[in-house]
Formats: sequence, structure tokens, C-alpha cells
Amino acid sequence: MDTPTINDLNICVATENGSGSASSNNILFKAIFKMGVPCSSKNMFPSNIQGLPTWYEIRASAEGYLSRKDVIDVMVMFNDATAAKDIHRVRDGGLILYDDSTPLPANLRRDGVQYIGFPANKLVTKLVPASPLRAKQRNMVYVGALAYLFGIDMEVIKAVLEDTFGKKPAVIESNLLCIDAGYQYLKEESATQNIARLEQIPNGNKGKIITEGNTAAAIGAIYGGASVICWYPITPSSSLAESMEYYLPRLRKPKDGKKTYAIIQAEDEIASAGMIVGAGWAGARAMTSTSGPGVSLMNESIGLAYYAEVPCVFLIVQRGGPSTGLPTRTQQSDISLMYGASHGDTRHILLIPHDMNSCFDFARRSFDFADRFQTPVFVAMDLDLGMNLWSSEPLKLEKEPYELGKRLGAEQLEEWAKAGKKFRRYFDQDGDGIPYRTVPGNQHPMASYFTRGSGHDADAKYSEDENDYKYILDRVRKKFETARKFVPKPIIERERGVKTGIVCYGSSYEPVREARDRLKARGLKTNYMLIRALPLTGEVRDFLAEHDTIYLVEQNRDAQMAAIVKDEQPEVGAKIVSVLVYNGLPVTAGEVVKQIFDAAQSAQPKTATA
Amino acid sequence: MAEAKLNRINLSEKDYEGAASTMCRGCGHDAISASVMRAYFESSIDPRKVIKLSGIGCSSKTPAYFLSQSFGFNAVHGRMSAVATGANLANHKLMPIGVSGDGDTSAIGLGNFCHMMRRNVNITYIVENNGVYGLTKGQFSATADVGSVMKGGKVNDIPAIDLAELAITLGATYVARSFSGDRKQLTPLVQGALAHSGSAILDVISPCVTFNNHEGSTKSLKYAKGHLDPIHDLDFIPPFENIDADYEEGTDHEVKLHDGSRIRLHKLGKDYDPTNKMQAITAIHAAIAEGKFLTGLIYYNPNRKEFAEELNLCDTPLSDLTQDDLQPTLEQLQQINGNLMK
Repeated sequence: MDTPTINDLNICVATENGSGSASSNNILFKAIFKMGVPCSSKNMFPSNIQGLPTWYEIRASAEGYLSRKDVIDVMVMFNDATAAKDIHRVRDGGLILYDDSTPLPANLRRDGVQYIGFPANKLVTKLVPASPLRAKQRNMVYVGALAYLFGIDMEVIKAVLEDTFGKKPAVIESNLLCIDAGYQYLKEESATQNIARLEQIPNGNKGKIITEGNTAAAIGAIYGGASVICWYPITPSSSLAESMEYYLPRLRKPKDGKKTYAIIQAEDEIASAGMIVGAGWAGARAMTSTSGPGVSLMNESIGLAYYAEVPCVFLIVQRGGPSTGLPTRTQQSDISLMYGASHGDTRHILLIPHDMNSCFDFARRSFDFADRFQTPVFVAMDLDLGMNLWSSEPLKLEKEPYELGKRLGAEQLEEWAKAGKKFRRYFDQDGDGIPYRTVPGNQHPMASYFTRGSGHDADAKYSEDENDYKYILDRVRKKFETARKFVPKPIIERERGVKTGIVCYGSSYEPVREARDRLKARGLKTNYMLIRALPLTGEVRDFLAEHDTIYLVEQNRDAQMAAIVKDEQPEVGAKIVSVLVYNGLPVTAGEVVKQIFDAAQSAQPKTATA
Repeated sequence: MAEAKLNRINLSEKDYEGAASTMCRGCGHDAISASVMRAYFESSIDPRKVIKLSGIGCSSKTPAYFLSQSFGFNAVHGRMSAVATGANLANHKLMPIGVSGDGDTSAIGLGNFCHMMRRNVNITYIVENNGVYGLTKGQFSATADVGSVMKGGKVNDIPAIDLAELAITLGATYVARSFSGDRKQLTPLVQGALAHSGSAILDVISPCVTFNNHEGSTKSLKYAKGHLDPIHDLDFIPPFENIDADYEEGTDHEVKLHDGSRIRLHKLGKDYDPTNKMQAITAIHAAIAEGKFLTGLIYYNPNRKEFAEELNLCDTPLSDLTQDDLQPTLEQLQQINGNLMK
């Protein structure tokens, strides 16, 4: 018999949406976190309020890998509708936990795994008075069962309950009763398993926080100075705007006894985009948050902001497309959509966070980029980052002044006037493609101009003249080239002599980190680059040029980032091997490793011996 | 040469002009622009405190033809309401005027228009209504009346959207209708709208001399002129003028606006109280039944807060806030981090 691993365990809880399992899973995850064990959670939930299947995976990893794992050690089989499939997702030698209040049907038996039953329904019926709450508390029983089997400290669970339901002692008590019932039942049965033990690691997660990318980005946007926030509910970005609604009144000090922000739930994404273009034009730090379908609807206003050169920020949490697609699953399939949003020749700045701190930091800095370059800026997140709970280092604030760009006040215009300088709104005065701007309310006689999405000249006058038109288009492109030098540089890890590179971006960061270790263990050393922005910077170009083989990991079908790379640097095109994961689930290291080995085997038999 | 007449802030009518118009000769829109300039001049409003917004269409081009000292934004088709809402939130000290057409407002932009009024965004919103798409050469718009005939002979059989009724129903707080050619009525209505705090909607019948001025059209110059149904004659009295002398008890009705100005309504026949919502809607329907355009100050609601006030925005425009106002402290972030450790 195997000896149990210490703090290495992947649990999958299969339940029904709306059954209260979110609370139980949250408590379970936080308890493991509080024990000091490195852990992560992935919530695979349906687009539904009640009744459809949902899976919640908790991974404890002694080595500190936080990506989703493709091997499931323990299945909590609490959803009859998916049980027949769920039993086969457990690895050989794994464990299935089930409610044996009624006998287990024969078709749910399989060989090679251990079964442990406990009568959750019966226990809850006995303990909780008949109420809508009772059904939900059934899920608390598996928390107790897992706690007993794997050694999760009941004191820690109690502490988590108190943190979660602090003001409701009755709820704490009732939950604890059910958790304890599961614990005691298996204890009396002397149930054992041989898969893993969870052990407390003193100071293991000390100083770490648990948060979601949407929360981190919301706080970042508040620190970045967002003052006009317009949004329309859409999964998976709604919780970002809702976090702002929660934090804004708590974080922003009032001015004149009143609010320093307007947060508007618009009538649709077309309106929220229009509003932030209006607000950005009038000089506020304006933003929206949405997902792919929202970006589709916003396209026209994005083009307006691009061509009229209006700063505004789009925090995008990507989900599975096209169309409604998989609204509650993760993907990186809107990279091309964001990069080239709107009709005509457009190119946009994308900041691409990969963890909680970069969600915070990029959301904060997006306003600086928008103001500096007078253009729409996208923060390209995804559901995995945005809606899953991540353990992370605390959010870190770089204290730096807001970058307001070339925005001229009345005093500066007066100096210009005295120096005989003319204010030309769309003229490339400094040779960097970035013009100067004024905002309404500036009462200097030189300040006002007429903004339009139709053809205009360097002085903001209506023009259909071919030279005027081309001048603006070329200058805006030049501005984008200037941005290349300012956007976040990639994170690169390299060793001399290694000729294979793995490139990824966003939430692929964690699985690729783990995949590299596994590849290395199997004899394939790789250098590594995490792309953090578009346009691609010089460092990206150099890294690509330096390597013979480049595995570019993306969470979309069409290798959208690879297309952008190949477009800009055609000579590296032949070296790029796309590793594509687009099933809507968070990427696993196993999948990355497999695809890389498969590709290596078919392309270069010599390197594929591992 | 005689010296130009100056208003109370020492500006002449010329100071309210804009670039040369590119409308067709005789276009109703130019007449409306003239009334708009006149209204700003008469009310002595500083053009630098005004922002001009529009969507797409002939009418949406017109903000370039007045108040050249104001910032202007000619946005995209149907989105002026949204853009104006954002601009107003960014700087609620400025006075937005929006100019739109019947296509821009009642078709492509209807949704955003409705929600702007629901929010009672502070704006003077003029619809230059000619029942037809001009720039795309003569298609029916959603305000074309049933039975109205297109230039090529096609007859419209879908009922028109009545923008005044819609505005009243959806929460606009100042709703008027007028006719581009009736400067005497239109100018004081625009002045009233400028003085009003909240969504002021002016549905102005503005004949398209090129595509909708023929026999059979219900928005032609001739038809419109012959079917106007004014509720009252009206005068606008700015706060700095103190005229009480010619108020006639029983025949006059006065509406007081937020900034202290007044609109004096002189009865024409029936009693009409513009603060009575039900009466306003009934009157619109009665006029429609007779094939007429009810004109004048149709509805006024002095009791609703405008949006920025409703949101309790600080007195300083959001666009003028500094990092010190906007960025919470490091200590606050540490506190958040502490809470996220639980």
C-alpha cells in the first residue's frame, strides 16, 4: 500500500448549483489555507441559478503549485446527475465520498477506487429543523467528513466559520453541528484512507491573502483614481464592478461632504462605453468592466475613443466564446477582439495581468496609460483570474504620481500664448505621436476645440482631405509605437544555452510554471517568457529571436497571440509551436506538458526522449 | 457702423456664432441654430461653460455652427445621450446641450435616450425632427406619421414615436415642442431649457427641404405650418430681469425655474397647467387625433433632482480631482490586506 503524501491532495466536490455548496467549499478551502498549506481552488460553475452541476476543486500542494490539477484524488460525489461520470474522473487508488443515506446504485461502483459513505441526509434531517436551510447544510457534512479523513483541524474550521459568519452565531453553531456530525460519524466508523494527510505548516501562509482577481482589480482601479465607472452586468465581470461598489464608499474620503465618484449601472454595454468616452473626454478617469459580448457591443465607441483620442479604460474579464458561448468558463479568446477593436485600422494597448498583484497593479496603472496615450486601454483578465479564489502575496502599492499626460491647463495655455505657441489638438508637436489636449471647463480662449469621430485635421477641424486624414491615422499609429516603450515588459527566466522557450500570458502563468518543472524533471530544459502587454516590447522580440523552438501557450483555438507575434515578427513564425487549451477549464500543467511532448516528438524526435 | 448690442456678460451675438453651416439652403436646422444662439445671448450664458454634444446625422452636425468658443463632441450615431451622461458626470459644472435628429434619437439611439431621461441627466436636448433620414438620402424615420408619403411615393404605415409623450413618460422634467420657423416661441423655450436643471427635451419640427418637403409629407414646411397647435404664448424672464407688470391674473401662468428665471405662459383658449402630467399626455393625444402638432411648454416637473445631484457628487468636478482626492492611503490597503487574510 502507498504511504500517504503530506499536504499533496486534489479534491473535487461535485454538487448542484444553488445547493449551498459554495459556502461549504469556501470553508473547506479557507481551512486548508489557514493550516498554512499552499492551496488553490477552482470553481467550475454553470450559467444557472439553481439545479445545474457544479464542480469545485481544491488543490493542496506541498510544492506550492497553484494551477488546476488534472488528476483527482478524492471525489465528493454529491450530485446524482453527474455521479456516473464523476466516478471515472478519480484516479486509480483514489477515493469517492458519497451520501449513503440511500444505498449506492450498482452503476456507481467501479474498481480500483475506495468508497467511503456517510449518511449526510439522515444526519442533517436529525440535526436541523425542517427549513430551506436544511438542504444546504447537507453540504456541511462533507466538510466534516473530509476534515476527519485528511486531518483538517476542527479548531481551524471553527475559526474560519467565525471569520465567515461573524455576526451570525446561530449560523455558525448550526453549520458547526453538521460539520461535526460528519467528522464524528467517520470517526466512529474508524474510516481510514491512505492517500494523503494534511498537516499544519506553522507560518505556512503567513502574510498571504485570499482574493479574486476581480476584487484585486476593483481595488486597483480605485487606487488608480477611477471616478466615472459605468458598467452593465455580465458574467464573469459583474463582481468587479460590484467590488467597486463595495469598496468605493469605504476607501474614498468624501469631498465637500459628497462623493468623489459616480458608479452607474448602465442600460447596456453600448451605453457604458458611450458614457466613459464622454467622461474621459471631459477629463475624468473613466472606466468600464465587461466581458467578450460587452466588448462586441462597445466596438463603435472604442473606435471613436481611438480616433478622437479620448482616454478611457476597459477592464475585461474573458470567458468562453463565441456568442454566449460558455459564460461561466474561462478562456483567452478575446485577445484579437480587444487588440483590434472597432472598424477601420485600430490597435489598442492591452495590459495582461497574470496574478492577483498584477490585476491590482495593472488596473491602477491603466488610467496612467490611457491619459498618457489618450486612447482606450484594455486590462485583459479572464474568468480563472477574475472569479477564482487565489492565495497571494498582499496587494502591493507602488507609490507614484498619477501620469496625466499632455493635458494642458489654463495656466499652461497662457504660457504658450505668451510664447507665441499655438494649441493644435491633433498635431504631433513632440515627434512621439502624442498630441496635447485640453478638457472642457478649461476657460482659456485657446482651449476649446471640436471633437469628432469623423475626418479631422491637426487643428481638429472637419476635413475630408486625403493628406489631413492620413496624417492623423499615421500619427495615431506612431503613438502606438511610442507606447511599445512604456507598457509592462515581459517577465523572462533564462539560462544560457537553452534553446527552447515557453511563452505564455495571463492565467496560463501558474500551469506553465509547474509544467516547466515537470519538463525539466523529464529532461527538457526551457527558458520562459510571460508576455504582459500589447504592443509587444523589444524584449519580447529579442526572446523570440534567441530561441530555436518556442511553445506559445494560449487559451483559445486560433492561437490569437501567435498571430499577433507572427504579424509583427514574421521571421519567428516557423519556430512557434502553439499549445492551445480552449475547453473552458483552467489550464493544467499536465495538459501543457503533454502537448509539448507530443509536439516535440513529432517535430524533433531527438529531443523527445524524456 | 453702429456698435453691436452687448449682453450682461459683454458679449455680442457674434460671440455666439460658429463655423459656417453646411446645411441645405432653407433647412429648418439652421433656423433652430439661430434660435439657440439667440437664447444663449439673451440669457447671457458664457459659451466657455457650455459643452455641445451630438450624434450622427444632419442635425448632429449643427453644434459646429454655433458657439465656437464651447467645447464640442460630435460622437457616434445614437450615442449622444450616453456620451453626454458621461461628460456631465465628469464635470457637472458645465452646461451640456445636445442636438440630435429623429433617426439618431428615436431609432438607433432610443434606448440610451430613454435611460438618459430616466436618470434626469442635466441637459438641454434638442431633437431636430423632420421625420426623415437626410444624410442617407430620404428614408423614413421612426417619427414619420402614419400615412406620410416618401418622396418616391412610398407610404408609411407604422405609427410614429411621439418624442414629447415618451419624454414625459420616462422621466424628463422639461418637455416642449416647437417649430423651427417659430423663433418667437422656440427661443424662450430654449432659454427655459437652459435654465432648467434636469433633462429638458425639445422636440422641434424642422422640415427637411430636400427630402421631406413634398405634398403628402406631414413634416413639410407647408403642412407643419398649417397644423401647429400652440397651447400658449410664452415669454422667458431671466433671473436678472424683474418684470411683474404685465402679468395678467387668470390668463397668465408662470413657471419658476431652478435658477430663478421664469417662463410666463399666456393662455390661448383652454386652461393648461404644464405640471399636470396626465393633462399633458391627454393634450398630446388630442392633438394627434386632430392631426396637429401640440407646441409650447408641454410638461414641467420642478420636483426631481437632476442626476449628478441625485448621485451626491462633490461640488468639485470629478475631472478636477487630484491624486490626493482619489487615491486611498497605503494604510487603507494594509487594512484590506488584513481583511483578506481572514
